[in-house]
Amino acid sequence: MNERENGGQAGGSVAVLVDHLDGTVRPTALELLTLARGLGREVHAVWVGDRAPAAELAAHGADVVHEVEVSGADARLTASVVDALQAVLAAGVVGLVLVPSTFEGREVAARLAVRTGAGVVTGVSGVAVEDGCWTARKTVLAGGWDTACAVTGPLAVVAVAPHAVQALARDGAAEPVVVRRTAEASAAARAVTVVSRTRRPASERPPLAEAEVVVVGGRGVEGDFSGVEELADVLGGAVGATRVATDEGWIGHEAQVGQTGVTISPRLYVGLGVSGAVHHKGGMAASATVVAVNNDPDAPVFEFADYGIVGDLTEVLPALTAELRRRRG
Amino acid sequence: MRVVVCVKHVPDVQQPRSLRPDGRLARGGDDDTLNELDEDALEAGLRTAEAAGFPGEGHDVTVLTVGPAAAVEAVRRGVAMGASGAVHVRDDAVAGSDAVATARVLAAAIAELHAEAPVDVVVAGMAALDGLTSLVPAALAELLGWPQLTLADRITVADGVVTVRRETSTDVEELTAPAPAVLSVTDQAFRARFPGFKGILAARKHPVTTWSLADLGLDPSTVGPAGSATRVVHAAERPERADRVLVTGDAETVPALVDYLSQKGFA
Repeated sequence: MNERENGGQAGGSVAVLVDHLDGTVRPTALELLTLARGLGREVHAVWVGDRAPAAELAAHGADVVHEVEVSGADARLTASVVDALQAVLAAGVVGLVLVPSTFEGREVAARLAVRTGAGVVTGVSGVAVEDGCWTARKTVLAGGWDTACAVTGPLAVVAVAPHAVQALARDGAAEPVVVRRTAEASAAARAVTVVSRTRRPASERPPLAEAEVVVVGGRGVEGDFSGVEELADVLGGAVGATRVATDEGWIGHEAQVGQTGVTISPRLYVGLGVSGAVHHKGGMAASATVVAVNNDPDAPVFEFADYGIVGDLTEVLPALTAELRRRRG
Repeated sequence: MRVVVCVKHVPDVQQPRSLRPDGRLARGGDDDTLNELDEDALEAGLRTAEAAGFPGEGHDVTVLTVGPAAAVEAVRRGVAMGASGAVHVRDDAVAGSDAVATARVLAAAIAELHAEAPVDVVVAGMAALDGLTSLVPAALAELLGWPQLTLADRITVADGVVTVRRETSTDVEELTAPAPAVLSVTDQAFRARFPGFKGILAARKHPVTTWSLADLGLDPSTVGPAGSATRVVHAAERPERADRVLVTGDAETVPALVDYLSQKGFA
């Protein structure tokens, strides 16, 4: 049994790993801060690098902002990020760490758990204290089951799904305390050399994993994604695809939504010609509102769509895009 | 070169899956199968070893799993695809392990193999389709103290250095680290070969090394529910929702849908 510092009691303050790119906070990080603020504990934002936007982090919930420089290794490596988090955890006041439930975030969670004896829960939609333990809610088995996982270790590391909460700034946040720290890179971080790193061309649309609205094309679009893209643009959303559509080469693999592609949890999911096979459902089951258009009344997607239209996509889709445009003037 | 590929036997995602009253996944169905994403790991492991001269003297690809009796099917599948060794860690005390505790068992088995003959590369899939946590590869790297090179879509090993190409959500990276290293692979680059009839027959007869926790020097209290820092405290099937809207029609259905989207704040 682990030596428990607090007997599994949900003590301590909350640390949030702030995901950022080129100095800009990722929207999901603001969601995590908003979630942390609602827990009624002191919130420590952990920013790996320098020049943290302290005011923005404070507005969303940070009481303390830790700017951590990692020396001796590339700061974006998983092991380096864990080294930075450990530098903050060393003070011993943190009982809960929130990270984004991305591949990178979950890898950080895994390594941190091994180093600290923490319990990890991934893909989480909510956190609360229940029976004295940090307890995380999540849906599993392609959205078919709701579960709650209690963390019994000395520290809880919770990977939160995008859009589990809506990011909200607060008025009149106090000036945060900014703490600058340096973390020595661990051997695990120093062992890895970044030979090259090239930014992938950014789409005009929001990133699929973080978008509030995702419009997905499936087999039913029969190779033509232009209508899917047009609707996505009207809704300010991202474009996704099923495995069939990416395997057929109708759109790049990076658009694949599913258990093996990108996992999404948007506020609005629109499925166009999507059958709703379990593989795909497993990657979008956490969507808040699901709208589906398919000409097959027996498509499984209608078993979990909030609003379904059994109809001809070539008729419905252009009419939908036109009507949305008309109402928006 | 010595490669270890970690695989998992999981319930078939195409079949109905359920949780037991204690919150554990119901396993042991007739349709349980090798986790689909581990086929990519097997392919990646085989290709990496083949580039060095496998199969042949001094080369080995061992497929490793931890799980109940039926999980042996997962390692047999790996042998059918071409793996030369098969290891199954099987112990009642392992049941109910969370992802980190499972990684502890795998890491102990890999350390055992490494002591036998040095391992160069460990390859895992990007996720298991039952839990979808993706925690195990990074946890393994931390436990073993080996560098991690995850979500690789190209792998080369030369002169004791492992190089991978990987795509993150924002960048394309090339990373290197000295062997031994822990890798995971995506499902994009290593389309699995299909085991031939001969391979499947040979795999049935192929010896599988079975290890208990005692064989690995692991205390049962470090795995299973006792060794897991998480515990499922609630599990319930989602009730059928009664408020779904389903309409049939073409363009004439659109205004009502837009009204609905407008209520939700999207239009």
